[in-house]
Amino acid sequence: MSGISKRFGATRALSDVSFDVRPGEVHALMGENGAGKSTLMKIISGNYQPDTGTIGIGGSPVVLTSPRDAMAAGVAIIHQELNTIPEMTVAENLATGAEPTRFGVLLDRRAMRQQAQEKLARVGADIDPDRPIGRLSVGMQQVVEIARAVAEDAKVLVLDEPTASLSKSESEHLFRLIRTMREAGMGLIYISHRMEEVWELADRVTVFRDGKLIGTRDMHAQGADQVTPDDIVKMMVGREISDLYTHDRRGGGDVRLSVRELTGPGGIGPVSFDVRAGEIVGMVGLIGAGRTEVARLVYGADRRTGGVVELDGRPLEARGPADAIRAGVGLLPESRKDQALFLDMSVRDNVSVSTLGDYTSGGVLRGRRLLSAVRGVMQQLKVRANAVDLESRALSGGNQQKVVLGRLLLQKPRLLILDEPTRGVDIGAKSEIYTIIDEIAATGTAVLVISSDLPEALGISDRLLVMRGGRIVAEVPAAEASEESVMQHATGVHTPSTSTGDRDRAHDAGARR
Amino acid sequence: MSTTVDTADSTVVPSDSTRRNGFGYWWDRVGILLVLVLLVLLMAVLAPNFLSVSNGVNVARSVSINAILAAGMTLVILTGGIDLSVGSILAVSGVTGVLLWTNGVPTPLALIGGILVGALAGAVNGVFVARFALPAFIVTLGSMTYLRGLSYSLLDGQPLVATELGYRGVGNGSVAGIPQPVVLMVIVYAVLWFVLERTRFGRHVYAVGGNSEGARLAGINVKRVLMTVYMIGGATAGVAGVIFSARVLSAQPTAGSGYELDAIAAVVLGGTALAGGRGRILGTLIGAVIIGVLSNGLVLMNVPFFYQLIIKGVVIILAIGLDSLKRLGRTSG
Repeated sequence: MSGISKRFGATRALSDVSFDVRPGEVHALMGENGAGKSTLMKIISGNYQPDTGTIGIGGSPVVLTSPRDAMAAGVAIIHQELNTIPEMTVAENLATGAEPTRFGVLLDRRAMRQQAQEKLARVGADIDPDRPIGRLSVGMQQVVEIARAVAEDAKVLVLDEPTASLSKSESEHLFRLIRTMREAGMGLIYISHRMEEVWELADRVTVFRDGKLIGTRDMHAQGADQVTPDDIVKMMVGREISDLYTHDRRGGGDVRLSVRELTGPGGIGPVSFDVRAGEIVGMVGLIGAGRTEVARLVYGADRRTGGVVELDGRPLEARGPADAIRAGVGLLPESRKDQALFLDMSVRDNVSVSTLGDYTSGGVLRGRRLLSAVRGVMQQLKVRANAVDLESRALSGGNQQKVVLGRLLLQKPRLLILDEPTRGVDIGAKSEIYTIIDEIAATGTAVLVISSDLPEALGISDRLLVMRGGRIVAEVPAAEASEESVMQHATGVHTPSTSTGDRDRAHDAGARR
Repeated sequence: MSTTVDTADSTVVPSDSTRRNGFGYWWDRVGILLVLVLLVLLMAVLAPNFLSVSNGVNVARSVSINAILAAGMTLVILTGGIDLSVGSILAVSGVTGVLLWTNGVPTPLALIGGILVGALAGAVNGVFVARFALPAFIVTLGSMTYLRGLSYSLLDGQPLVATELGYRGVGNGSVAGIPQPVVLMVIVYAVLWFVLERTRFGRHVYAVGGNSEGARLAGINVKRVLMTVYMIGGATAGVAGVIFSARVLSAQPTAGSGYELDAIAAVVLGGTALAGGRGRILGTLIGAVIIGVLSNGLVLMNVPFFYQLIIKGVVIILAIGLDSLKRLGRTSG
């Protein structure tokens, strides 16, 4: 694998970038959204053609004019969004494009099954080839995709944010697999926002910013060249960050949200908890622990099967999101593209969509009042004023998330539920979002934050609720919690010595019933 | 613990389709108009008498029915739906209006009755699509069939001639030299433009079409929006229906067969995405005029009917091809 160098002339998405991956290494790519990582990946995968520059694989130059070319040259990509066909079986997915046949036309199912088993075995996966792939967890589907790449003798494997929707144990399984492939001599390009993962896996790290390659660091370097996470962050943002999390811890006022014995479909609950005015409560747990489900039940997005939810002492019936919004509850959903944004609509429309009633008389919009309100929140959120007429599709992930936050701010909520507020957001926008959340809480709004990013949850919350198996298994003041103690609650490996040690007030709501 | 982090200004990078000089930006706004202008120029050269005033009036009148159908269709398609039943609604509305009038109902009431029947038929579509979450394609395919059957059975299968129809002016009359169907068309477009651009409901239509789950979570009553949109689609088909019957001075059970396809073609030509959430109603008007100009010009040139169909089909595919060319620029932008 020799050096790849290319340049994007007119658009300057990438200027004069040289980049290489060696056999048997994990080369991490970091950078804020829009820094040029994905453009580079699209060039390597044959989706874009570079204006200048050359690509070489295994020492010989190649021209990649299509993804098929790239695959033939030995480049495989595992995208953030998986490329599987949910209704088809694992074996069928593995065979797509090269189905074994008898007499040239009849599908040879037995051969297909056997080949699938062999391919899966090469990545050490024990998956039934006859299961529809859509029934597997995201992590398992990813393993199947990797198995396909390995079977195609990929020399270079690109993983784009592979752990974004994986649980801790799935991630660990993936890491083991990555190490195995590295030992087998594959060159791996690992794109991630998560510093810990990069530290755990990478041999070298390259940082991009504004379409330029800022630098490549050897993670094994010792002494003066030794790399620290701070160095990388500095390279990514181009400035010093003394502390990512901004939060003045305060006790909170009266109980704003009171949830008692709330249950929902799919074995959720019963859960009981309070959030006070001005308090930021973090809700943590593994994927599938039921955090999003609880948020949606409170908001009325899903139907409750039991329990009482009160807002400022009054019952919050929430037959649907519209009722919840009227009562003063705002929700930032888990997936902004699927559940929040209208990508073809302007920023102005996206921000105002939930509160249009405030800017209409007799159903007719009062354009100027609406515009000044939208400008107001956009200013508060530090989004450039001329962005209001842009399609929200054109914004970076961070700005898109701010648009959704802006929508919530216009609702002037008494309770704000934020489900993964910084997912897929670059580090600069992250710290801005933390500041915004803190400012919102400072005005007396109760905030419930769901986060899979433990340092984040610990950093911005006053109090943590740990969920496991649809129930709240621990409640910990953030000041007294550590990542380890929270993880133990979340995974259920709870040794008595640590629990007394950090004074967790663990109450197993589920066991009590 | 509280350290304010000075972050870089949040730069906004417009993609090609939103940048003010990109191909996508300009195609979005003037592309289809350009196609129309070119087509008119072409016809002016090729077709005798194409540019005469009387032919202009003729084109406008013949465009109006399809344009009115397509106006309501635009709202339906903006929500990501489709309405295949508008041709049959046109028939039922026309038949109802004529039957009411011949049975002694005062002219204005007969006219409104015909339109209301259209709105009702649309509302029934809306109930099935919104409340029971059935696919719009299937629901309106069904109603296309039962409404056609209904318009036959109302007349025992025979056309009913009404040469003295009280509201015949709606089809054949003029206001200051402008045919009344054209006046109605302009009113329908003005009203629906205002609804889409200037009202809360209009924003909700785009939101539901762009992201239905997102709209629900943002507090929009998605079912009500869908209901209303199909009702509007039915009402505009009702307007088209009474115009049609006034034009032919009779109740025709076969009226409007296949009109749904021309209406859909006008909407898509006008740049509205079949997937919903994106498009403009004035584009639809231009789309309808393009189809009308094309048919008219081909007639003037004495192109045989079969070849007219072939040319029309090719033009629609080409125009939509240009549209996806734009979309291609968008995804790589």
